[in-house]
Amino acid sequence: MKGSVIKYERDNIDTDVILPGPYLKIHDYAELAKHAMEGLDKDFHKRVKPGDFIVAGKNFGCGSSREHAPIALSYSGVKAVLALSFARIFYRNAVDGAFLLPIEIDESAYHDISDIDSLEIDISKNEIKNLTKNKVYKMKPFPELIGKIIQAGGLFNYKP
Amino acid sequence: MLNITEKILARASGKSKVSPGDVIFVNVDKVMIHDVSGPGVIAVFEKLKKIGMKIDKLWDPDRVWVAEDHFVPAADKISAQNIVSLTNFTKQFGIKKHFKYGMGQYGICHTLSHEEAMVLPGEVYVGGDSHTNTTGALGAFAAGLGHTDIAYVLLNGKIWFKVPETLYFKLNGKLPDHVMAKDLILKIIGDIGNDGAAYKTMQFGGTGISEMSVESRLTLTNMTTEAGAKSGIVEPDQKLRDYLTAKGATKYDEVHSDADAQYEKIYEYEGSEIEPTVAKPFSPENIAIARDLSSIELDKAYIGSCTGAKLEDLQAAAKILKGRTVKIRTEVLPAAISIFKKAMEEGLLKIFLDAGVVVGPPTCGACCGAHMGVLAKDEICISTTNRNFPGRMGHVESQTYLASPLVVAASAITGKITDPRDLK
Repeated sequence: MKGSVIKYERDNIDTDVILPGPYLKIHDYAELAKHAMEGLDKDFHKRVKPGDFIVAGKNFGCGSSREHAPIALSYSGVKAVLALSFARIFYRNAVDGAFLLPIEIDESAYHDISDIDSLEIDISKNEIKNLTKNKVYKMKPFPELIGKIIQAGGLFNYKP
Repeated sequence: MLNITEKILARASGKSKVSPGDVIFVNVDKVMIHDVSGPGVIAVFEKLKKIGMKIDKLWDPDRVWVAEDHFVPAADKISAQNIVSLTNFTKQFGIKKHFKYGMGQYGICHTLSHEEAMVLPGEVYVGGDSHTNTTGALGAFAAGLGHTDIAYVLLNGKIWFKVPETLYFKLNGKLPDHVMAKDLILKIIGDIGNDGAAYKTMQFGGTGISEMSVESRLTLTNMTTEAGAKSGIVEPDQKLRDYLTAKGATKYDEVHSDADAQYEKIYEYEGSEIEPTVAKPFSPENIAIARDLSSIELDKAYIGSCTGAKLEDLQAAAKILKGRTVKIRTEVLPAAISIFKKAMEEGLLKIFLDAGVVVGPPTCGACCGAHMGVLAKDEICISTTNRNFPGRMGHVESQTYLASPLVVAASAITGKITDPRDLK
């Protein structure tokens, strides 16, 4: 999985900025994508390309349970969010709905990765290659069940 | 040696024991959807049908209940359509417990969960809303989930959880009269941070909690979400039993922690030391003592939401507003119509109207920036609600201060952030 980075160097990027409240009434996924990150970055929808990765600090996706948040990012083209940590509902929505990969990275990778760097992520090796900087970082392995759900392609495809 | 949360989850997964970190599938007792998560679930069902899945019945429609709360009264055409979709959904699948807006009892889902005793002690309850944690004050395991997970529960009656570690918050002694549960939970969130309880359970106990009303306990568990918690919980006691009996609920299977239950960490608070506390923009963890913010000028005061518009919250606000006039625009939206009625019977609505306040119908409304009283650019609001992230209540450059109903009402009188003790 290869893509380039959109980096937000901040913690607690909450669901109110990922997909603001007034759009909660919308359930058309392509329409939601137009409003992704609107509360933080008005230009996100112009900037994002299919296959991009978001890099952010701790507690990404805190706040509401709205699945609109990972949906809006996913339908914008975002394949993974790399963050120091994730809020629990955002994390399970991303995985169970197979919208994007929530990947936990450590402080050194977080500080090292820059905006527009090209990355290659290999979840079978728990490895992130920074193709721009020619470096390799470790990602935190997915817990067993999460790994299985990701492999199955979401909770509905997973057979316990 | 299990605590209440571990015992509920063990029972619901058919195991004699579970430990924090175990990933288990848990049988669900009750599930809730509303006018945002309901249409979200419908969209998931449509997606599944497109890939060939047959969906013609739910696991158990009698364990499902439905609220209309976020965009009601219908904010616009899309919101109106969502209510129609939700109604069609409940008809199609035979869900009988649908609290229709404007038909008998209606209001915010978390408020209905306790007003109508929709969830009982010892149960596993999941809802399509992050503040589902609220209902843990009834001695249940209560957690919020997204649309895919709720759709899975509706079809299978179970869902996976990682058994959470439990943080135990012990309150020694009663809170003073000018202090409310809201002040305590803001103080706690300020101490442990927005992710201080991430993936964990926050359990509340101690003499101060025993003394506290069930409604106040609901304020604590409601805002555990703001510390990232999976759930919040209070063990059942006589106060809870009396509360539930008054609502006609007498049959349930209580769960209690073992005497030697394990907690990851125990935090102690002295009730007498808690001060009127405010969370500044743009995060619930960004707290300050109300008195230290007395120079902050406000445009608006908002008393509403599942967090801060229960009967007790309205009684507290009325105590301050009685015989006074507000200096800034102030809105009061009781969290359910049953509360609205009681407020009317007790004369609280007259006090609000005499003070110059707008009294509105139950709705999540402006709390989540949906509609009805949202904020303009640069407007500053003090609110009894639960979140103050950028744009939460309206324009991304508006500001929200979170506080107790007492502090919000006192601030409405002066137009500045005000400790209720300082009101002349």
